[in-house]
Amino acid sequence: MNTNQDQPILRMENVSKVFGGVTALREVNLDVFQGDVLGIIGPNGSGKTTIVNSITGFISLTSGRIYFKGKNITGKKPHKIADMGVTRTFQIMRPYYSLPAYKNLVIPLFSPRAKRTGGWRGGGRLGDRKTIAIDILEEIGFERDSYIPFKTTSTLPTGYLKRLELARCLALQPEVIICDEIFSGLSMSEIASMVPLIERIQDDGITIVMIEHRLRELFQVANRVMVLNFGEKLVEGTPDEVMANEQVKEAYFGSEKIEEVMTYA
Amino acid sequence: MSSQTRRKERIDRGIKVRSEGLYALMSWREMAYLILPRFMLIAGLLCLPFLMPGMYWQRVISIVCIYAIVAISFDFLAHYVGLVCLGGAFFIGTGGYIAGIFNAYFGMPPVLTIPLAAIAGGAFCTLLLLPCLPLRGVYFAIVTLMYPLFMARIIEAFDIFGGTDGILGIDSFPSAFVEQYFVVGILLVFVFGLRRLVTTDMGLIFTAVMDNDQAVRASGINITYYKAMAVFIASAMGCLAGACLTHIYMWSGISQFALDFSILPIAATVIGGAGTLVGPVIGCLILVPVSELLRDFGTLRIVFYATILVAFILFRSDGIMAFAKRKYEQIERWTQI
Amino acid sequence: MEILVYGTINSVSLALMGLGFAMVYGISRVPNFAHGALYIICGFVTWTILQKLGLPYVVAIFLSLAVNGILGILMYRFILIRVRGMNISEIISSYAIGLAILEGLRYGGFRGMTYTLPVFMEGMVFIGGVPVDYHRIIMVIVGILLVGGLWLFTHYTRLGLALQGMAQDERAALMLGIDSDFMAMLAMGFGAVLAGVAATMILPLGNIVVESGYHVLIMSIAVCIVGGLGSWIGAFFAAFIIGFAQILTVVFIGSHFQMVVALLAIILTLILKPSGLFGQQKELEDRV
Repeated sequence: MNTNQDQPILRMENVSKVFGGVTALREVNLDVFQGDVLGIIGPNGSGKTTIVNSITGFISLTSGRIYFKGKNITGKKPHKIADMGVTRTFQIMRPYYSLPAYKNLVIPLFSPRAKRTGGWRGGGRLGDRKTIAIDILEEIGFERDSYIPFKTTSTLPTGYLKRLELARCLALQPEVIICDEIFSGLSMSEIASMVPLIERIQDDGITIVMIEHRLRELFQVANRVMVLNFGEKLVEGTPDEVMANEQVKEAYFGSEKIEEVMTYA
Repeated sequence: MSSQTRRKERIDRGIKVRSEGLYALMSWREMAYLILPRFMLIAGLLCLPFLMPGMYWQRVISIVCIYAIVAISFDFLAHYVGLVCLGGAFFIGTGGYIAGIFNAYFGMPPVLTIPLAAIAGGAFCTLLLLPCLPLRGVYFAIVTLMYPLFMARIIEAFDIFGGTDGILGIDSFPSAFVEQYFVVGILLVFVFGLRRLVTTDMGLIFTAVMDNDQAVRASGINITYYKAMAVFIASAMGCLAGACLTHIYMWSGISQFALDFSILPIAATVIGGAGTLVGPVIGCLILVPVSELLRDFGTLRIVFYATILVAFILFRSDGIMAFAKRKYEQIERWTQI
Repeated sequence: MEILVYGTINSVSLALMGLGFAMVYGISRVPNFAHGALYIICGFVTWTILQKLGLPYVVAIFLSLAVNGILGILMYRFILIRVRGMNISEIISSYAIGLAILEGLRYGGFRGMTYTLPVFMEGMVFIGGVPVDYHRIIMVIVGILLVGGLWLFTHYTRLGLALQGMAQDERAALMLGIDSDFMAMLAMGFGAVLAGVAATMILPLGNIVVESGYHVLIMSIAVCIVGGLGSWIGAFFAAFIIGFAQILTVVFIGSHFQMVVALLAIILTLILKPSGLFGQQKELEDRV
């Protein structure tokens, strides 16, 4: 599925991060190609969120370099990196609680990147940001004619907030979206309705990096999976390869049979 | 109160639609319903100089307006940008000194010094506060509380700008009439200007920075730039108020950095209603005249408004304005359960 | 030598001022802006008991410390408890209480040169050729004993450990059966008593004036911020840094700049390392 093998869109070279005395990432190498859906899995505390934070510039690296489209983005400010087209969602959702849902999207639509590219599907050039915000929300699953887009964010349930996080990334017309546990805390039916959404985003030509605990759904959408354990890369490969790997079974699933884990995960 | 058989029901009046700030107007009556409170505020403020008996109370009106400008700048920074700035005196003092210096040393008329003080003072304050912008909550509050004290000590220690005596011999406004209408006009422009600003897309970014600055950064927006801009707007307002104060008293001195200018606007904001931008004006209209009436009691008036402040924080933390707004916009009635 | 001796004395007096503020903030996360007012009020209560009731000095001190503690507890129980967790309301309301107390005292006629407390012990001694009176030596000793005692208290007693637990994680402490409101109330009481101790130690060296309430508040905030808000060990060390810096400025530049140093220290610390020398809160806040 990797159509563009020559240059990765996102590349991590020997990235290490030490918090105090704790090594969160140790010499991680990673290539993400245009159009990929890359899944990153690993037990709690294995450094998954640290990867997101280091790519998007929210923390500084101890060593190593990160490239986006061949350009070195190590040590750049988060807003610069987002401006180049690498966006992220937050594991603990961070909506603007005092604003209604649709006004949450005005903020990314007002950013320099959205002004330059026109924002989501170039719509920002066409008209009022609030109208476009409601269009995006409809696309992502908020019913336009209900009250939901107009409700204050603090009253919305988790499912909508997760979608809102994703919508906020989409509004920027990004090239890479890094989703930090976007399925966690959702019910089965909510996840089921999120999967086609992810596939639609992928069809738009947006590269997705997903950090997940929900393996079943992740393996549906991902074409490559990386396994982290204690800050080190264990395996990388297609979902089938990863599932078959003995090391992964040992480290991540313990002694249980992988099929059982898949069922209950 | 064992078992209540009825409860109070609150119903929005018909013109509110879906979300805050959107209205569906069907008739002139509903239009009037929206315009009336705004009109009352404008007309009331414009009439005030006529209604006041004597010079002394007319001067009080100017002081009310100056405090109100500082109070709405505090309200804007605290409740729309999330930077709680306890140093209103810093803005007043900077503006006052700049106006005083340009007027007394360079002989510029008030027409020039006031806008100059607003812009130069705003730039100066923003520059000094720039390193503190990454700070949040208590830290920002404490450091801004320290700034006016710091400035006062610097002026005292270096003995510049007249030292402890201050700058004397500054021109006053041409007449009391001009003075009052100037400050009232400025106040109205700021109140309605800021109310408009916070609903624009840029105003939404300020609110977003308050709610969650990390998410704003993740959206590719430079938060320091927007925070600096908000601080510039607020400090320029404060400096303008300070410049007016200097020209009203024909004097600028260290006491313009005094805690009074920091604490009274905050008290007015809490009493009037935080986060409404009109509330602080109402708060000032109540607090300043009361404190003038109590002038005979000396420092007891500070005790008085400190007590009011605590009482409001404890029992009516949303302030007069929120209460009035609820009464005006909602129908209340008792219903059987 | 002069610098060393007076630097130490100045530092210890700053540490005494700052300890109470640091303790209250460290445990209950309430920035107690009424700290300066509590300090002054203790001085006046001691004076009143001593002069009006004619009780012995030691009794007067302990009585006023008790009064101060109760005042702190009442302040927490009836006012601050309602705004707990709302940073800004905490600052504004505690500051307003302090303001009301201080200006009330001023209105009540407590001003001028007439209000002085006697020193504990007359006379002086020469340390390395520098004259130091006994009272200042007692102050240094008390200060160091107090810090030592606090350290022992928070590390080896049940109550102290409970307070420390609450300082680290209030919710976890709640789950372990520590009554956080009660503890915060106690902390506030302790803070008030510490302010009182500072007052009884420092005030006999000069007059009791209302203005010094503001001065004490600023100095204690300076000490706490430089040391890291909430870390009273940090506050103790920061007191030495600021104390010596102040004495050096007085000796080499001029006494006008004494206050400027403290304010500059606050601003520089907040800009360069907002968590202070010993604080850890900024790191926690920065995690995404």
